[in-house]
Formats: sequence, structure tokens, C-alpha cells
Amino acid sequence: METHQLHPETWVDLYADYLFNYAIARVSDVEIAKDLVQETFFAGLKSAKNYKGTAAERTWLIAILKRKVIDHYRKINSKKGKAEVRMNYSTNSNAEGDWLEEQVADPLSTLANDSIENEELGLAIQVCISKLPKKQSLVFSMKTIQGMSTEDICKELGINPSNLWVMIHRARIALMGCLNQNWF
Amino acid sequence: MISCDDAAIICNKKQYKEATFLEKIKLFLHRIYCKTCSKFSKKNAKLTALCDKAPLYSLPEKEKVRMKMELQDKI
Repeated sequence: METHQLHPETWVDLYADYLFNYAIARVSDVEIAKDLVQETFFAGLKSAKNYKGTAAERTWLIAILKRKVIDHYRKINSKKGKAEVRMNYSTNSNAEGDWLEEQVADPLSTLANDSIENEELGLAIQVCISKLPKKQSLVFSMKTIQGMSTEDICKELGINPSNLWVMIHRARIALMGCLNQNWF
Repeated sequence: MISCDDAAIICNKKQYKEATFLEKIKLFLHRIYCKTCSKFSKKNAKLTALCDKAPLYSLPEKEKVRMKMELQDKI
């Protein structure tokens, strides 16, 4: 593989889900995220000649997607006044005690950290899934992410259940190995 | 007695709550004397927990095919 060459024909298979997860975490809307991914691919194609090969394809596409996310928020905020942040300092007006004390984040709460960590985990899993052979990654994501029943998957892909379980097994072994360093 | 291959398949089914009661008993008995499968079961359960914890989304295959076609048109 040449370093300076992009392979747009493999983009959808390799990066679509990864970019989709990244986008969803930032716009929280399936349809918008889908459009952003699509736009990212088009933009990537358009500026393919500017690709110098210094970054990996995935990194390069993520950089484009980041711009697209920013553009999206610019667009929806372009109407005057919408960008204004309105916040209520206190939800209950007759709160007693120190104002500042009530506003600080609970130091024991790990909620924020958890959601950041979970997003990283999600992206790490997607990277690992994209390294699987095509058939395995398809079966695994249908079963695990989309939660389809064994019967439906078999029907759609024209395989038998024992075939499916073998593929699931191989996919899971590979994922364990892939996630091993960081997450187990 | 079941083989390790059978045990692994049952363990995988269990991750998707598709193992029957009888299968679960078989797996349980197998795990008592098979260290390897016991270890595998634990790791497998961990993987399931990780996948549940992470917000995972994937584009439906239909969408991907559509995207591929549109991308192909522009190449």
C-alpha cells in the first residue's frame, strides 16, 4: 500500500461506523450524524489531492468530520439569539446555604468521566470491529449492536445458525485480543 | 460431557441470552473441571459488559450500500 494514496472505495466499510459513532456522540441525532458522515466522505474525496499521507486515513477523515460538526452547529446557531446561552443559576429560588457551594460539581460524582470514557470505549470497539474480516464484522454488529435475532440474521445472510455462532465466536476472540491491552 | 468447542458455543449463546437451561447446566459442569473454558467464559462476559457499557451505533447495511454507491459515482 502506498502511503500517499487514499482508498475511497474502502472508506464505507472501514470507517463509516467509526465516524458515525463519533458524530452521534457530538450531535445526538441519528439522521444528522448520518448526513455528517456522508458529507465527510464527499469532502474527503474532493480534497483527496491535498492528502499528504502524514496521517492515517482514519485520522484524516476524523479531522474533516470535526470541521463538519462545527459547521453544523454554526448553521443551526446562525439565527440571531439562538447562540445565546441561557441558564438559570438556581432551579429552586428558596434554596438555603452557600450559593457557590451549591453550584460546584459533586467531586464524588464520576458521571462526566464515565460518559467520556464510555465514548472512548465505543470508538475503541469500533476500531477493533473494523479490523475484523468483513463477514465477521457484519455478523457481530448485526447481533451485538443492532440486536437482531439469530433467525433474522441467518435469513438475511443466507447462512445456518451453527455457521453464525462460529463467526460470532471468531469475532469475539479477535475483539478480546484487540481490546486486551487497554480495556481488559 | 461436552467438548471445549461446544462449551465455547454455549458460552457465546449465553452472551446473547440464547442458551437453553440444559445448555447452561452443561456449561456450568464443564467449567468446573476445565480451567481454559472457565477463563474464557469470564473474559467473554467482560466483553459483553464492555459492549453494553459503550454507546455503540452502527449504520444499517442498506445505508452503507447507498453511501458506497454515491461515493462510487463521484470517484
